[in-house]
Amino acid sequence: MKLRFNGPTDGVLMIRLSGNWQIGEDLSSPNEVKTKLESETDIQRVTFDTKELTQWDSSLPILLLKIKNLCSEKKIYMDSDGLPRGANRLIELATAVPIEKDARSVEENKTFFSLVGAETIHFLKSAKEMIAFIGEAFLAFIKFLSGKARYRRSDLFMTIQGCGAKALPIVSLISLLVGLILAFVGAIQLKMFGAQIYIADLVGIAMVRVMGAVMTGIIMAGRTGAAFAAQIGTMEVNEEIDALKTLGISPMEFLVLPRMLALVFMMPLLCIYADLMGILGGGIVGIGMLDLNMSQYYIQTKEAISLNDLWIGLFHSAVFGVLVALAGCLRGIQCGRSASDVGNAATSAVVTGIVSIIVATAIITVMCNVLGI
Amino acid sequence: MKTDPFIIVRDLTMAYGDYVIMRDLNFTVGRGDIFIIMGGSGCGKSTLMKIMVGLKEPARGKVFYGDLNFWEAVPDDRKHIVQNIGILYQSGALWSSMTLAENVALPLEEYTDLSPNEIRELVSFKLSMVGLAGYEDFYPAQISGGMRKRAGIARAIALDPDILFFDEPSAGLDPVSAKRLDDLILELRNSLGATVVVVTHELASIFAIGNNSVFLDSETRTMAAVGNPKMLLENSQDPKIINFLMRGETEGHLR
Repeated sequence: MKLRFNGPTDGVLMIRLSGNWQIGEDLSSPNEVKTKLESETDIQRVTFDTKELTQWDSSLPILLLKIKNLCSEKKIYMDSDGLPRGANRLIELATAVPIEKDARSVEENKTFFSLVGAETIHFLKSAKEMIAFIGEAFLAFIKFLSGKARYRRSDLFMTIQGCGAKALPIVSLISLLVGLILAFVGAIQLKMFGAQIYIADLVGIAMVRVMGAVMTGIIMAGRTGAAFAAQIGTMEVNEEIDALKTLGISPMEFLVLPRMLALVFMMPLLCIYADLMGILGGGIVGIGMLDLNMSQYYIQTKEAISLNDLWIGLFHSAVFGVLVALAGCLRGIQCGRSASDVGNAATSAVVTGIVSIIVATAIITVMCNVLGI
Repeated sequence: MKTDPFIIVRDLTMAYGDYVIMRDLNFTVGRGDIFIIMGGSGCGKSTLMKIMVGLKEPARGKVFYGDLNFWEAVPDDRKHIVQNIGILYQSGALWSSMTLAENVALPLEEYTDLSPNEIRELVSFKLSMVGLAGYEDFYPAQISGGMRKRAGIARAIALDPDILFFDEPSAGLDPVSAKRLDDLILELRNSLGATVVVVTHELASIFAIGNNSVFLDSETRTMAAVGNPKMLLENSQDPKIINFLMRGETEGHLR
């Protein structure tokens, strides 16, 4: 595949195309033509000779279009008679509708300050949306308390089942392993002092006070928060939320409220279950590795854990339930109208959920410390 | 046939952010009309419908339902207008977690005090009107695209609304199903006495059912004509309208 020039003779430059012009071949660049047109100022007409052209595909019209643009820039007439008929037709097709200039995204010169400004505006907009969403969720909850909220009970029970009973296997596995890990980490140190019995205290207090709730929260953020975002996001894509709005039904009450209630009801129960599984995991290490017997481990755990620890753990879990549900539903409602937007909404729900769980844990821990509980 | 003005659009401008899609739209939909919003793909037909039904705020201008200016009405008045509107979305937009019966029943549960038995009877009747008797317990994912559209119509007419909006009803349907859907729209207008607004660019549907229309021109970003589609085809001097209504077959000699 080659591009050669004949002339210019009497102001006519002939471009000779030969060989294969197909995608995948090493194609000639329009720069050769550009250089030629710039160096020879007396060219008034460009013609083509394609007698030696064997095969061609879209790569040929692309080059020809570029040559056409170069010619029109330099006010040179491009005589396309010598080109294959099909290539001429493709060029006609591609230039039939003029370029919609306003539709193209404008490349702005982005300075550091404009980027900071744009990010700040985006942050403030997101914060405003989030605050509005929390406010609307709160109003929906008040309506629920006064018995005026419009939602389907069957949706609430289905969601309770989905984020409660169906989450038990994964909560069991993760909590048991967390209990085991905590016990292993403590066992090495405590055994050196002959204080291995305190493994029960370590695991019991850690699980009941905070770890059970945090682990359940993170599991639910990954499992249920993402599912909420994907469900609501898909409804947005399919215009189902538009259909609710035009029927005068608030998506907040109909979609968000049942999901929020289900998680708030289920999280404390899952947290208690996770606490038990974690203690069981610690017990496996204590009994299996540290020669403690079952009753010793049980009595030590019972003495170590106070009712305060349990309440604090349950408080954590209820807060996490609200946070995970809000993050999932918020990202779902904010979802755009494409399949990739649904994926982004699910990812964003998990990230928001986990970050808010960690921040909330830090705040509650500091508050408990200040209050001395 | 001259009809009473029912929906009046005045000086309407639609935009996404700073990007103006259409400006200065002025037209009137008469009571009992089958009014077609037509134009090329991407010209803003569905956005216009969204503004008319309250899903998207206009950049400027007014939409009147009778004497009420929709976008300036108090929430109760707006809710009353919305209750009188039934919409068929482009995708059907059936709630995927509910059966067809539950989809049709939801508006009835929300806005009436009917007993569950009465609602069940009404739902069966509405589904049978659109040829879906017996499909009450099917989920949207279990039926075909055409059936989903018909179920969407059953939901849209659940409350016997005064106004029906259809967004691209025949899109994605085979010619026979599209013709059946057109017949159904005509039948609904005649039997329910509803005013129908159809967003479409399907020529067969436009000429078969429309008695009034607005043509949106994406090049000038405003409306190019208002009137009966058949009359527009006969009398319009605008090559773009003739070209559109003749499926581009005049393109050669118009140039």
